Amino acid sequence: MSHTLAEHQPGFVPTADPSVKIAVKGLDFYYGDFQALTDITCDIKDNSVTAFIGPSGCGKSTFLRCFNRMNDLIIGTKVEGLITLDGQDIYAPGVDPVDLRRRIGMIFQQPNPFPMSIYDNVAYGPRLHGMKKKAELDEVVETSLKRANLWKEVKDILGRGGLTLSGGQQQRLCIARVLAVQPDVLLMDEPCSAIDPTSVQKIEDLMAELKSSVTIIIVTHNMQQAARVSDETAFFLQEVMGEPAMLVEFGRTADIFTSPKDKRTEDYITGRFG
Amino acid sequence: MTDEPRMEDMPSVRGEVSNLKLVSRATYFKEAALKNLFLLCAFMAVAGVALIFVFVGYRGWPIFSEVGAGNFLFGMEWLPTEGLFGILPLFVGSIVVTVGALLLGTPLAVGAAVFLSEIAPPKVRSIVRPAIELLAGVPSVVYGFFGLLILRPIVADLTGGLGFGPLTAWIILAIMIVPTIATLTEDALHSIPGGVREASYAMGATTWQTISRVLLPAAKIGIVDAIILGMGRAIGETMAVLMVVGNAPGFFRGMGEPLSTLTSQIVMDMPYASGMHRTALFGMAIILFLVSMGLVLTVRLLSRLREETS
Repeated sequence: MSHTLAEHQPGFVPTADPSVKIAVKGLDFYYGDFQALTDITCDIKDNSVTAFIGPSGCGKSTFLRCFNRMNDLIIGTKVEGLITLDGQDIYAPGVDPVDLRRRIGMIFQQPNPFPMSIYDNVAYGPRLHGMKKKAELDEVVETSLKRANLWKEVKDILGRGGLTLSGGQQQRLCIARVLAVQPDVLLMDEPCSAIDPTSVQKIEDLMAELKSSVTIIIVTHNMQQAARVSDETAFFLQEVMGEPAMLVEFGRTADIFTSPKDKRTEDYITGRFG
Repeated sequence: MTDEPRMEDMPSVRGEVSNLKLVSRATYFKEAALKNLFLLCAFMAVAGVALIFVFVGYRGWPIFSEVGAGNFLFGMEWLPTEGLFGILPLFVGSIVVTVGALLLGTPLAVGAAVFLSEIAPPKVRSIVRPAIELLAGVPSVVYGFFGLLILRPIVADLTGGLGFGPLTAWIILAIMIVPTIATLTEDALHSIPGGVREASYAMGATTWQTISRVLLPAAKIGIVDAIILGMGRAIGETMAVLMVVGNAPGFFRGMGEPLSTLTSQIVMDMPYASGMHRTALFGMAIILFLVSMGLVLTVRLLSRLREETS
């Protein structure tokens, strides 16, 4: 862990298990009057890949966006319950969501590089932090692109626009851009659903390499992908239209896919609905 | 026999199925007539512009051939009654008025656009945007009137003198070009995909960092576009400028000193000018024509550049 918990800081909540990176307790989420999630409790383990699966509209992405407080940007949303990062309540009064987002990076469904050069895309985060020296930036850009397995393809065209790359390359550029600020946690919101199969393979390999240093949470519609890449899996379900979604089952991926405890999980992974 | 419906019993929707119908003469002529009508409309628009250019060029040409391009364009004095037709002070006047208005109006307009596109809640935006667009529809004589009665006395207090001069014109023109620049800039900001904003916020950027480091650079060409069109509006504006600028055809001497521009001088002199004086006014029109053509061409070039980079 690159950021140790500060026990004197507001919102410090001790957790029993030091291998827990993010702990969620009794989380409810509202869009205005509509409750989207109810009573979610789970622990996300450090240096692992956790997959969120479930049918469309079951609140997986909403839940994911609670971790870096991206939901704050939508007017009328409300979070109740507790989410801690390294034991610290991320919704405690006074916690700066901007600083939180520097520790928890996010990859979106649609690759979204900035309309600027490849180099500037990757240097964006470090520059926000105040890094100015060319040599330092060069090094961060190179290291990040290497970690995202994109360096070989772009090392001679760093000045070219990020949008000139293919969809899969753009997504890896976005990963490099996030890695450049050395986040503890990487949130991936269906990162592979808008790109070609070869690139999907590359990104899945990348996740396996990255998890030794980064905690990864991935939302995916593709159950094979969840089974391939994740250590733990959470299954979400909105049983009745208009009612909040809930966490049905959470456990080791191997167990969820071979011997699910809940009938609904079994029905979903065997393709009976969803 | 069964009761099953048979294809042959169905009423035909197409009438006789035997032969493909030929295009009727009536349809053919209607199509052709419409096509030509639209062609005519397009041609008329182009012809109008061409006709004006030819007419203005024809009437203004002698100023170049008889007084001389050098004496006309770079002459330091506009004293048409004494045969001095130098438009340099007027040209400089136009530039001074336009550049000042842009310097005042652009930050205001871009700021308004950023507010509308990135900060204002939808409700506020739905009121403010139409209000700004409305500014574009106000007749320029109304702006001039406002400048003359309200603004001029204030400027007079500030600079001394009567308040006729570039400062009053700058403020009035700045207000007049805000709608052009603000709406086009807002469109440019709006056309940036939402994912780009989301990505910036998710990187831990603040709203201001997102605007200044990602959105404004991304909308750069669109904003330059907007400024050039605002410039076209400012340099061509006549009535409002005429009413507040003082109309003294000398060189720029100060913010509160009367000045004249190409457009305002044409209007001032047109009623009584004759002979070579009148020809000189047409010559000034040629210059204005060329300047605005240059601006439009620049905008076209920029939009092509934008298509290539995106």
